[in-house]
Amino acid sequence: MRNPQLDAAGNLTHLLTLEGLPAEVIVRILDTAVPFVSIAERDVKKVPLLRGRSVFNLFFENSTRTRTTFEIAAKRLSADVINLNIGASSTSKGETLLDTIDNLVAMNADMFVVRHSQSGAPHLIAAHLNRTRRAHVHVVNAGDGRHAHPTQGLLDLFTIRHYKQDFRRLRVAIVGDVLHSRVARSLIHGLTTLGTPEVRAIGPKTLLPTAVRTLGVQVHHDMHAGLQGCDVVVMLRLQSERMRGALLPSAGEYFKHYGLTPEKLALAKPDAIVMHPGPMNRGVEIDSAVADGARSVILPQVTFGIAVRMAVLSLLAGSAG
Amino acid sequence: MTRKADEATPVALPDAEQTLASLADRMRGAVAFDAKFVGIYSGGAWLAERLAQMIPGEHPVGYIDVSFYRDDFGSKGLKPEVKRTALPFDVEGATIVLVDDVLYTGRSVRAAINELFDFGRPARVELAVLVDRGGRELPVEATYTGARLAVARDLSIVLSRLADGRLALAAEGGHA
Repeated sequence: MRNPQLDAAGNLTHLLTLEGLPAEVIVRILDTAVPFVSIAERDVKKVPLLRGRSVFNLFFENSTRTRTTFEIAAKRLSADVINLNIGASSTSKGETLLDTIDNLVAMNADMFVVRHSQSGAPHLIAAHLNRTRRAHVHVVNAGDGRHAHPTQGLLDLFTIRHYKQDFRRLRVAIVGDVLHSRVARSLIHGLTTLGTPEVRAIGPKTLLPTAVRTLGVQVHHDMHAGLQGCDVVVMLRLQSERMRGALLPSAGEYFKHYGLTPEKLALAKPDAIVMHPGPMNRGVEIDSAVADGARSVILPQVTFGIAVRMAVLSLLAGSAG
Repeated sequence: MTRKADEATPVALPDAEQTLASLADRMRGAVAFDAKFVGIYSGGAWLAERLAQMIPGEHPVGYIDVSFYRDDFGSKGLKPEVKRTALPFDVEGATIVLVDDVLYTGRSVRAAINELFDFGRPARVELAVLVDRGGRELPVEATYTGARLAVARDLSIVLSRLADGRLALAAEGGHA
């Protein structure tokens, strides 16, 4: 079976997950994002690439940052952006997901940016469009359940490449709630595909899925040992709203063992960078002295995120489907 | 002179360095002393750098990649390597000389002018091209031209930069 994200010629037609995406496709997206970074520095922060195209933001799950950065990305490409607050409309009246999609395609949507609490929802939409020969309508996964968040993974890769250039020499630590994190999963797939020799997952046993080793990462339950000699430290948000049952004694206890403080960061390489997908819980997974410190690249991540999403939208819009 | 022999004759392209010298001759004395040179990637970028050295005056060099402003994005998508547009000076009120290697349909120049205006309102925009091959699809003309050429529509004229920095023109494609 063909990768549902690619057309017969290997061009990206949907972006659903970084898993199984060839390295050259990932690199092409990262390379395309580079010239988009500087557009934010112009008088007119806009290029006419997607003029006349309609991008529909379909957020079945709440998000401020991701929805906003997708909206900014689409607007800087001169697309028309329609935000649908689905939770409050059709689905609550009983319409199925695919009926909603068919109605929006009938309104001449060119692209869907989809966030959904159910893993696989964007894939379902893309497969439906492919099956009904409407692959010229593109789907971007903006986060689905615990599965994937490919644009976050791509912006993390872009940030790492920006500061560290070559993936093939890096030791990357991902710290925290890997169990609930689609961000971690996407980043791990991307790092592995681009040849990162050492990816470490650090966290308590209750937050590290047993299968994480099958993704090719080393597992550490002791943060001190895990951070040793790392070039990149990616802190994950403690997703308390996703936790069912008592996986942790308390936030304070978590911070004591897995919160990133200047003392713990000192175990990594002296030029290590600190990343966080946001929103941050200060004093839970990260100390303010680190979050606001010289090695934090958390705000550049946000800026790069817009350029990366512009690259994804442009490459999709430029593919015939 | 048979038809067959005629077809086998390669396109006679002028020497790029000599053509650049004649382009510079035409620009000398005509270009404003403080004109800013903006090269259209990639051939135009090399030419803008060379011309800035050859033409008297203060000529800072900027670069434009027109990929985000092209009119064939819908059919062709993005080309693989988009370069970063960099204009390290204020476009507002400036005299700008756009520099390109080959003037053909005029569509790249249209795109470059559109992009330029997103950085400010220049006082004046001129166009310098190494080669004008005719075939215009838009009302665009060069202010300064190095050489005029008549070539078959299916040939691409490509400027390349050799290892020693010298420029060379070549024809690509067409019926072998």
